Amino acid sequence: MTFLEVVLRLGLVIIAFLLLPLLIGQMEHKAMAHMQARLGPMYAGGFHGWAQLIADGVKFVQKEHVVPTQADRQVFALAPAVALVPYLLVLLVIPVGPGWAAVDLDIGLFFALAVMSLAVLGSIMAGWSSANKYSLLGGLRTAAQLMAYELPLVLAASSVAMAAGTLSLTGIAQAWQPWWILWQAPAAVVFFTAGLAELARPPFDMPVADSEIVLGPYTEYTGLRFAFFLLAEYAGIVVLCALTAVLFLGGWRGPFASDTLGPLWMLAKVFLLGFVVIWLRVSNPRLRADQLQRLAWQVLVPLTLAQLALTGVVKVVMS
Amino acid sequence: LKFYGLGFLKGLAVTLKTMTRRSVTRQYPEVQPDLPPRSRGVIALLEENCTSCMLCARECPDWCIYIESHKETLPAAVEGGRERSRNVLDRFAIDFSLCMYCGICIEVCPFDALFWTPEFEYAEHEITALTHERDVLREWMWTVPPPPAHDPGAGDP
Repeated sequence: MTFLEVVLRLGLVIIAFLLLPLLIGQMEHKAMAHMQARLGPMYAGGFHGWAQLIADGVKFVQKEHVVPTQADRQVFALAPAVALVPYLLVLLVIPVGPGWAAVDLDIGLFFALAVMSLAVLGSIMAGWSSANKYSLLGGLRTAAQLMAYELPLVLAASSVAMAAGTLSLTGIAQAWQPWWILWQAPAAVVFFTAGLAELARPPFDMPVADSEIVLGPYTEYTGLRFAFFLLAEYAGIVVLCALTAVLFLGGWRGPFASDTLGPLWMLAKVFLLGFVVIWLRVSNPRLRADQLQRLAWQVLVPLTLAQLALTGVVKVVMS
Repeated sequence: LKFYGLGFLKGLAVTLKTMTRRSVTRQYPEVQPDLPPRSRGVIALLEENCTSCMLCARECPDWCIYIESHKETLPAAVEGGRERSRNVLDRFAIDFSLCMYCGICIEVCPFDALFWTPEFEYAEHEITALTHERDVLREWMWTVPPPPAHDPGAGDP
């Protein structure tokens, strides 16, 4: 790999990292609005408010960084970066075509899951360092949610890794067969649900429940730092959708022209899943703390264990 | 038969169905609203009909109508006749920061000098600017729609 190629690959990842979350965010603005019989942004940029998020970004840049007096300044300043950077790192290993990943790791799945769960640390740090009781409550709720949903997430991912017999994301997508959609359906549902919970997306948005605890860990943040948390949330959606697409929907493989149109198939799957994220958000009220825990431990964990058993049995019968 | 997830699926169906329907939002500054003919936007004055009789100002519940007039004497129309006097309107103003849009002034006017118009875009930057004088009230007369037709089968008015 030449130096130029490395720069090119990293540049593409950075562009995807900055662009895709904005597209998902704009889709959320518009799809959510129409689901609620509204129009959503219509002014910014002229045509159906396409520049709304750019305008938001400009606004955030202009705002002042306010740090509470009692806050732990260093941790407070570091938290947005800790929330954002892991998703950038995960994007590096996600393949968008046969062998087309910025870094084609042999243990890509392990790396992705390990780094993704780091991002939640950003919220916990923000909650702890803000010196605000609502922030602290939000941070602790984030922690509780992470504890509950990390297990089903990892188990669901390991089911598909078992089926493919490899931890490489490229390898999993290559080993994937269309009938796996049925075979791995419970794992896919659990993976997606647990991923939503880790991102604290509605209906799992109890850590940032604005009607109870202002905005949870992000309460004290202003300006660009707050924007970083928002960007982290949408980058998280992109990463979750991309991982779900690679693991359970065959990644770049489509009904035809998988080799040439691979990245387009991948992008289509990411946006389809992104739409499902928004759809779930609009249709469901927020889950309570006990409902969250019950869903994780009494539904998702047994479901993944059953899925693991099923994967093992099918795997043995097939071989 | 009850099974779990039915409400969840119904919720998803409702939002998806709403998304495929046209939104009811009116894009007001770009598209003017089509208001019903009897809309009560603002009160216009046809000052040619006004006799400065002060009925409207006296009936107004919050005293937002200002009328000033003076008396003029007209010379006799025929030789040896009596001189006639009439009121000339000097000022007619409605303070729309006080007006509660009850329409009593319009009901009470015996000479049909006051009218409702659907015009509603007269916001001002300060409250004193909401006292509109006769020239503005007269201009609003052009926005008064023609009276709607009688209902079919209605008797003589």
